[in-house]
Amino acid sequence: MAATPAVEALGLVKHYGAVRALDGVDLSVEEGTVLGLLGPNGAGKTTLVRIIATLLVPDAGTARVAGHDVRSEARAVRAAIGLAGQFAAVDALLSGRENLVLVGRLYGLSARQAALRAESLLERLGLADAADRLVRGYSGGMRRRLDLGASLVGRPSVLILDEPTTGLDPRTRIELWEIVEGLVRDGTTVLLTTQYLEEADRLAGRIVLIDNGLTIAEGTPDELKERLGADVIDARLRHVDQGEIALAALASLATLSPPGGPAPTWHAEGRRLRIPSAGGAATLLETLRALDAAGIEIEDISLHRPSLEDVFLTLTGRGAGDA
Amino acid sequence: MRAVTDTAIVTHRNIRHLVRTPQLLVFATIQPVMFTLLFVYVFGGAIRTPGLEYVNYLLPGILTQTTLFGGTATAVGLAQDLNEGMIDRFRSLPMARSAVLAGRTLADAIRNVFVIGLIVGVGTAVGFRFHGSVGGALAAFGIALLFGYAFSWVFAVVALIVRQVEGAQVASLLIVFPLVFASSAFVPVASMPGWLQVFTRHQPVSVTVGSVRALTQGTSAGTLPLTSVAWSLGILALAAPLAVTLYRRL
Repeated sequence: MAATPAVEALGLVKHYGAVRALDGVDLSVEEGTVLGLLGPNGAGKTTLVRIIATLLVPDAGTARVAGHDVRSEARAVRAAIGLAGQFAAVDALLSGRENLVLVGRLYGLSARQAALRAESLLERLGLADAADRLVRGYSGGMRRRLDLGASLVGRPSVLILDEPTTGLDPRTRIELWEIVEGLVRDGTTVLLTTQYLEEADRLAGRIVLIDNGLTIAEGTPDELKERLGADVIDARLRHVDQGEIALAALASLATLSPPGGPAPTWHAEGRRLRIPSAGGAATLLETLRALDAAGIEIEDISLHRPSLEDVFLTLTGRGAGDA
Repeated sequence: MRAVTDTAIVTHRNIRHLVRTPQLLVFATIQPVMFTLLFVYVFGGAIRTPGLEYVNYLLPGILTQTTLFGGTATAVGLAQDLNEGMIDRFRSLPMARSAVLAGRTLADAIRNVFVIGLIVGVGTAVGFRFHGSVGGALAAFGIALLFGYAFSWVFAVVALIVRQVEGAQVASLLIVFPLVFASSAFVPVASMPGWLQVFTRHQPVSVTVGSVRALTQGTSAGTLPLTSVAWSLGILALAAPLAVTLYRRL
């Protein structure tokens, strides 16, 4: 029998008027692991995270964090979690140190404990030099680090990161990833939402893809890539109206992918044809011949290992960043 | 106990905000000073206040009006915290649910203590004098503060419904203006049309201004102070639980 998951959600439903933000989502995060919640804007990621962080009450379903029910034991859940949001909820009119002390005091630490905790976090996050400056003078990256620091004040067993690196420059993003990796090494469970496939690929042991309030795929990054078959052919067509003709031309190619496997897809917005290819280079050749015979004009074409981006496009029909 | 400690922590945070946004403090103090000067020197000559010098009639009105205006800071501050994600941060912490609102309204009350001191100072410079007992004056300040505090909770409700800084501010002023101007704060009620007097005589601003006026001028206050306190407690009893409920349901 496996240990109780650090986070477990069953059949979560949340409506906003006629919009079903969540339509019965299950979720399970094993202790000490990182789960990446991936989905386009409006997929329901933030709604799900807000329910797990006790900020929102679900219309149906249950969620437990560290063994506590988010509805009936909200306070125990709050004592177990740390939340860092995409809008860097730190107080601009307090210094970095004052922010962390404020949060520490509200966790129930004494003034002395809170000061010590703030000191060690400022050190750990590389904010010691800026500790006594007002946050309104901080850069975006510093704010985000302080926000992460605030979420760590209570020594959470479950850390919830809602798009922690959205809008950050690449260097700051990598710094934040390294901090999160360090926390995971120390045994923290992390639930991470992101639009960045690269981020999920790097940090998350398991990934849940959600779209339109539903889980559409789940697995390790490798398992998800496997689902697409070995390789992907990515072709951009010159004319947007040739997409359907191209799909028809490819339908007769038996070697393209195993029966019942993923089929070629057409994405009109980028004029892109994505063709799962079991046969590697041979399939590329066949594809080129078939498209040429059908009179399709190709702008460029490539064969590559599937990325999470491909998983995303194949399963949702749009890119991770598309609204 | 937890609620008291958490409220003190949040109050302290909000006071820091006040100190660190001097522009807010400056505008919040210029406004009543400007009103005092305008009414004493511009409108005062045209307003008849039998039995009282106009400046002594006016200052209790300015004082009450200012504590009410002070409460709109709750609407603005709360809406700001909502938009900047601070409320999400607070709500994700294992703290007392009432502390964010209590700490906000309490910070306004503390600010009002300073603003009352300032107005009395400016008032004295333009001729305002106390004619009652020290106890009466203190009771007058207490009544005005309690009144402002009760309205802070009304403005908290406004912010939690509107959830947007400019909207919350405008909505608060829409509540404040009719209450302040259709009252006995600046002109005697007797000068208004009969149908309006029904409202102006009994509405809480007039009752509170009347109490402060009688208690600072040593005239007979009658049941006014008790009525004002009853208004304040009644407003609190409605607005505070409503605000806490709205906060929980965010």
